[in-house]
Amino acid sequence: MSARVLPFAVALAAMAMVPLFSTSPFYVNLTSQVAIAAIGALGLNVLVGHAGLNSLGFAVFPGLTAYLVAWLSTVGGIDPVAAALFALGGTMMVSALFALVALRTTGLGFVMITMALCQIVWGAAYRWTSVTGGDNGLSGVPRPGGAWLPLEKPEYFLWLCLIVLALALIQLGRFFDSPLGVALRGTRDQPRRMGAVGYDVWRIRFVAWMLAAAWGAAAGLLYAWYHQFVSPHMMAVTASAEVLLMVVAGGAGTLAGPLIGAALVVLLKNLASIWIDRWVMLLGFTFVVIVLLMPDGIVPGFSRLTAWLKRLRPTPAPKLVPRERADG
Amino acid sequence: MTFWVSQSLNALALGGLLFMLASGFSLIFGLMRVANLAHGALFMLGAYLGLAAVKAGFGFWAAAATAAVAVGLLGGIIERTLLRRLAGRTLPQVLLTLGLAFIIADACLMTWGGDPMRLPPPPELSGAVRIGDAVFPRYRLFVIGASAAVALGLWLLVERTRAGAMIRAAVDDVGMARAIGVSASTLFTAVFCLGTALAGLGGVIGGPILSVYPSLDQDMLPLALLVVILGGAGSLVGAFVGAYAIGFIYTFGQVLVPDLAYVILFLPMIAVLSVAPQGLFGRRLG
Repeated sequence: MSARVLPFAVALAAMAMVPLFSTSPFYVNLTSQVAIAAIGALGLNVLVGHAGLNSLGFAVFPGLTAYLVAWLSTVGGIDPVAAALFALGGTMMVSALFALVALRTTGLGFVMITMALCQIVWGAAYRWTSVTGGDNGLSGVPRPGGAWLPLEKPEYFLWLCLIVLALALIQLGRFFDSPLGVALRGTRDQPRRMGAVGYDVWRIRFVAWMLAAAWGAAAGLLYAWYHQFVSPHMMAVTASAEVLLMVVAGGAGTLAGPLIGAALVVLLKNLASIWIDRWVMLLGFTFVVIVLLMPDGIVPGFSRLTAWLKRLRPTPAPKLVPRERADG
Repeated sequence: MTFWVSQSLNALALGGLLFMLASGFSLIFGLMRVANLAHGALFMLGAYLGLAAVKAGFGFWAAAATAAVAVGLLGGIIERTLLRRLAGRTLPQVLLTLGLAFIIADACLMTWGGDPMRLPPPPELSGAVRIGDAVFPRYRLFVIGASAAVALGLWLLVERTRAGAMIRAAVDDVGMARAIGVSASTLFTAVFCLGTALAGLGGVIGGPILSVYPSLDQDMLPLALLVVILGGAGSLVGAFVGAYAIGFIYTFGQVLVPDLAYVILFLPMIAVLSVAPQGLFGRRLG
């Protein structure tokens, strides 16, 4: 096992062992929430960290999947697994259409268009009450499984989430190292040069968009099964902003960053709901503080800190060793 | 016929409010390349401040002026103390304005509570007038006129004054404008104050029509973004055309297909983006 994989394996194993140490389902469920959030944050990181496309409407992908699977498996009366497949497929089709609109622009235009797209879908979920249940959402979403796989139990559900998270880490880790991943970062840094040397910049960005959508959809599916309930709030601006905060706080463009950011934001949100009732305000302040104090996120900030500490330590005086002569 | 006339007037009133919101956003965007995502929250803050001033015994007009000045000052402070540190860095600026939007929105919720409140229109503008067969609230006619006046004033400011010439020069090329003696720093703060004050004013003017409630910012900001996407960022004419286009589409969408009014907003966006990614009157942003 290479040194790069080891920390992730240890982190996932530690998360998988939470049910062995905790008797109350609270911590197991909290770990599931972290895992689901991390899958979504990993997806958004493809856009923000590697494509340089800052999306403020990421919640639209998990939102669409969650609504589709909820509607199909409750109103539609389809088996949960089949409903999940239809939901994932449907989300990918809608995402491809959105890409045609959103990828017309980059920079601030992309920020505004993704935010507007997400708001429009949010508005549809909120207002189209006859189908989506409006503000009440859709409840009673069944989890798949049965006697052979009791996903109703928190620990089994956690393990499912962790398997998906591991798949996301493996797939994205390989993607970022692949020639396509390198080309994607090329389009982030020098889009015109990449175009000039023959890369199809639009198509590379489209792949990144669809990849982000796919992992966002996976997170949305697990979200719907976890809460067994969907509501328009999961597509509100704050929801998209939370995922963005996970990526930016952890460190955009790193593989570990979204994981750490997700853990941080989910824990912060749960702690905040215990002590104070002002999550939105805290979210806002966290943004301001991160931007002003740690603009690159925790993982790069930590690397910088260790580098700085190393420099701070007095370097031992160079030993006077007679240099070996090359011609010995 | 009556239906079309009265809904068209409603659309004009909404379009006017959207212009007040989007023109400030667009000016700031064009000059500073900052997408101020706190604009919707400042609009809502303006509405709440206006309401508080009216409740404190101010007249409607004094309340509107107070709210606009207060929100403009807050905008100036945000620009001077926070945004300025992040000049030229897109993602941090977006995150900062988004964070401020959350803080302002939650502070409003904390201070004024979650119940929707009505901002009463000034007494001289209450009541309704008859236009043909249609009966139309007098206040909405005032909103249509006031927003047109704001549009005209902004246009005169940008196109016909020395300050406007400096703004246009800085929009085209900040470095060059600085070199010939335009104080871009002062200009940035002034335009940010003006843009946010317009949002605050829009909030008070819109209060009697939209009423004042906690998610007002989340309802208005996306519409303003759509206006800017359609009209083109940084263009006053674009904000004007876009605001009334969205005003009409949204108003008639809500009346004719209430369930899907939001989805209909997709259509102009797709149509415009497929022809001109930078918006109808926008210039390509580097």
